[in-house]
Amino acid sequence: MKEVINLPVRNIEEEEYHINMGPQHPSTHGVLRLVVSLQGEIVKNLKPHCGYIHRGIEKMCEKDTYPQIIHLTDRMDYLSAHINNHAVCMLVEKALEIDVPERVQYIRTIVDELNRIASHQLWWCSFGMDLGGLTCFFYGLRDREKILDIFEESFGSRLLHSYYTPGGLMMDIHKDFQKNVKDFIKYFRKKIKDYDRILTGNIIMHERTRGVGFLSKEDAISYGVTGPSGRASGFACDVRKHHPYGVYEKADFKEILLPEGDTFARYMVRMHEMRESMKIIEQLIDNIPAGDYSAKMKAVIKLPAGEYFQRVEAARGELGVYVVSDGNKTPLRMKFRSPNFSNLGVLDHISRGCKIADLVAIGASLDYVIPDIDR
Amino acid sequence: MNSFFKYFTDIFHAVKSLLTGMTVTGKYFFSPWEIVTQQYPENRKTLKMYDRFKGEVIMPHNAQNEHRCTGCGICETNCPNGSIEVIQNKIDMPDGKKKRIIDQHIYHLSMCAFCGLCIKTCPSNALAWGQEFEHAVFDRSKLTKILNKPGSSILKDIAE
Amino acid sequence: MNFSIYDFTSFNQWIDKFLNDNLNPFWAVVVELTIIGLVVLLFYALVGLFLVYAERKVCAFMQNRVGPNRVGPYGIFQTIADLFKLLMKELIHIKSADTFLFNIAPFIVIIASFMAIAAIPFAKGLHAIDFDIGILYVIAVSSLGVVGVLLAGWSSNNKYSLIGAMRSGAQIVSYELSVGLSLLTIIVLAGTMQFSQIVEGQANGWFLFKGHIPAFVAFVIFLIASTAETNRGPFDLAEAESELTAGFHTEYSGIKFAFFFLAEYMNMFIVASIAATVFLGGWMPFHVGGWEGFNRVMDFIPPLFWYFGKTAFIIFLMMWFKWTFPRLRIDQLLTLEWKYLLPINLVNILIMAFVVLMGWHF
Repeated sequence: MKEVINLPVRNIEEEEYHINMGPQHPSTHGVLRLVVSLQGEIVKNLKPHCGYIHRGIEKMCEKDTYPQIIHLTDRMDYLSAHINNHAVCMLVEKALEIDVPERVQYIRTIVDELNRIASHQLWWCSFGMDLGGLTCFFYGLRDREKILDIFEESFGSRLLHSYYTPGGLMMDIHKDFQKNVKDFIKYFRKKIKDYDRILTGNIIMHERTRGVGFLSKEDAISYGVTGPSGRASGFACDVRKHHPYGVYEKADFKEILLPEGDTFARYMVRMHEMRESMKIIEQLIDNIPAGDYSAKMKAVIKLPAGEYFQRVEAARGELGVYVVSDGNKTPLRMKFRSPNFSNLGVLDHISRGCKIADLVAIGASLDYVIPDIDR
Repeated sequence: MNSFFKYFTDIFHAVKSLLTGMTVTGKYFFSPWEIVTQQYPENRKTLKMYDRFKGEVIMPHNAQNEHRCTGCGICETNCPNGSIEVIQNKIDMPDGKKKRIIDQHIYHLSMCAFCGLCIKTCPSNALAWGQEFEHAVFDRSKLTKILNKPGSSILKDIAE
Repeated sequence: MNFSIYDFTSFNQWIDKFLNDNLNPFWAVVVELTIIGLVVLLFYALVGLFLVYAERKVCAFMQNRVGPNRVGPYGIFQTIADLFKLLMKELIHIKSADTFLFNIAPFIVIIASFMAIAAIPFAKGLHAIDFDIGILYVIAVSSLGVVGVLLAGWSSNNKYSLIGAMRSGAQIVSYELSVGLSLLTIIVLAGTMQFSQIVEGQANGWFLFKGHIPAFVAFVIFLIASTAETNRGPFDLAEAESELTAGFHTEYSGIKFAFFFLAEYMNMFIVASIAATVFLGGWMPFHVGGWEGFNRVMDFIPPLFWYFGKTAFIIFLMMWFKWTFPRLRIDQLLTLEWKYLLPINLVNILIMAFVVLMGWHF
């Protein structure tokens, strides 16, 4: 006789109704469908339906060689494109036991941190917009343009670069790169004070975000919420500190941990992280050693048979790349542990009991990028 | 009594934070010289993209209509999604051997992911990044380009 | 007839005499009513067009960008193009909606704002109706707009519109209290409710400066409460509920939506002009009691410019609020009104009454 499995069933009360914050929506930052059960104004339950932008990246990686996989990882979490590339490059280099030149490590770290600042700038401007302060959107984008100009000058494109390659970089940085980065840091240190004046100190912002969407440390650990959202609940999960890679050990920076775990804490963690990233860049930008921009690699890269894993700190959390190789030039199976997928899983848990307007604020503070969820 | 004072200090701090925010927007309202918007398309004549800008993949030809492509097909192998098709031809050499030349180097701009692997792995540096970015067309077939121009031939030094 | 830009009473009397000489009194009154109706309609349309363009340009400059600059020089014909587009859109007819109420709701909102404009003095003598309970009339008539909002939400037969309309209705009704009480403060100072008397009484100094602290507090409260009244600025959750729907005017399209849109801008103009009249002196130039030479120079600028300049200043303040601050949630909005604005207002009235009794004003 088959066993009847009793799934927990929620009692749906009389006055509950479902609304669809559908795939096309101004505040869900991508194509995500949230089926929200409301009672009056209070959220009772929330079911995210993802998969609207599933492109089969992991399957496509199975037919691509390792240099060709780089351009696919760009398109996962496109706001921290370089950091995704870095993960795959480091995995290949560690598997083949190649030493990349120091110059490459320095440049990769600096460009990663620039990317992190750019990603947080975009987060800030969409956070302000979701709360209703539409001017914040334009200020954030205007300052992000400076970073994108630096990228365009050195790498040729603004958003999806495929600049790193297993063994090193596609080309050397532009001769004006260091000067432009230093100018940008001077410029942005002034502008970030504006950000604080217009949004961080604002009483309306405090009222809408303090105490809203509380995530405890135990829940963050058990749901696997990493990145700034996890660190705002006190979960010390910064890969740059605990499993350092690149030249992060040479730079002196703090891991920002806040105990409160509400939306305002998640906001403050990212604001502090932008400043810490600027500190890291300042310490490294003048010390880039001269040298090659790539190690000598064979024309066809074959990883020895086995399983390999590499983790990096993307702008939104811990990105993990897992490869099973059988000795060929393409991987047998490639799996990405995407940070946004775990962060989205906790949305239901922390938005119970909040109002609809709070749901938008919580979603903005978790900062999920949907293509990373769906890959 | 404490809560009575707290009521007023709350109001005072709230108003101060709001006024600070207003000074920021007010400062930008009165500084129109900080506007960074470019007036495209009116500035097309003076617009200069960066040197390394990835507009599209082109095959540079010199003044004698010569390019550097040998038709080896390495770019086609390295392209991740098949945006390049290399059609080769075999011609007869004076000493009886057959030599491979490029007949058509077909480039599908509609599928290109701009990864740059074709440019990097070409052994004779035949391909480069172009600066043209206005690719919008009404007819999709215009996005399939043939990179080697009609009547062009390979540069003499590479042919040897 | 002496046509003076400083005093329109002689011009009005000339028109009246001209009409009465040539037509019998009944038709003279009818023609006068028609003239006033047409002038008000034209004024409404022109000011509405101008305000939409001004909002877009002001918001653009605050956001460090250019704003409309292609349709006409500096984009001045942008609003006309938008209006043309809205006129050409299909009026979607909803089968299960209450058609009569659905169609009448935008008109109620517009009629309420028309009635309020009629009582406001634009210059000396340029005054459609001069009630002796002017302020009370204006407050009463602008409350009629709520009926239009609630009807729009109810007759759309859409649960999201209903939620939006209920929220908006609650917001408008709560903040009307604050608006009324802050105007009451100035009535205590001025001693009259008639608009022309209020403006005349500011000949030696605006009420904002005459009534120092209580008048300033009343001014700030009036600004906040009137921004909330008109569903603007940080209090716009009913319509910018882009989190869910477009609020009570979700189901409206084409010209009916344009009516709601226009009525919102005109309401902003009306509350700004009431603030300018009551607190900043209406068409009265900036006089300092005792500085005769200065006063003569100020008198040189025509009153129409003073009036529109003050109104424009207050409108600029309201736009500044909107484009700087994030939005308030509905419960925070109502908390602000009932726990902060209302008690402060009541205490302020007491203080003002005391100040007037003791004569501690300028």
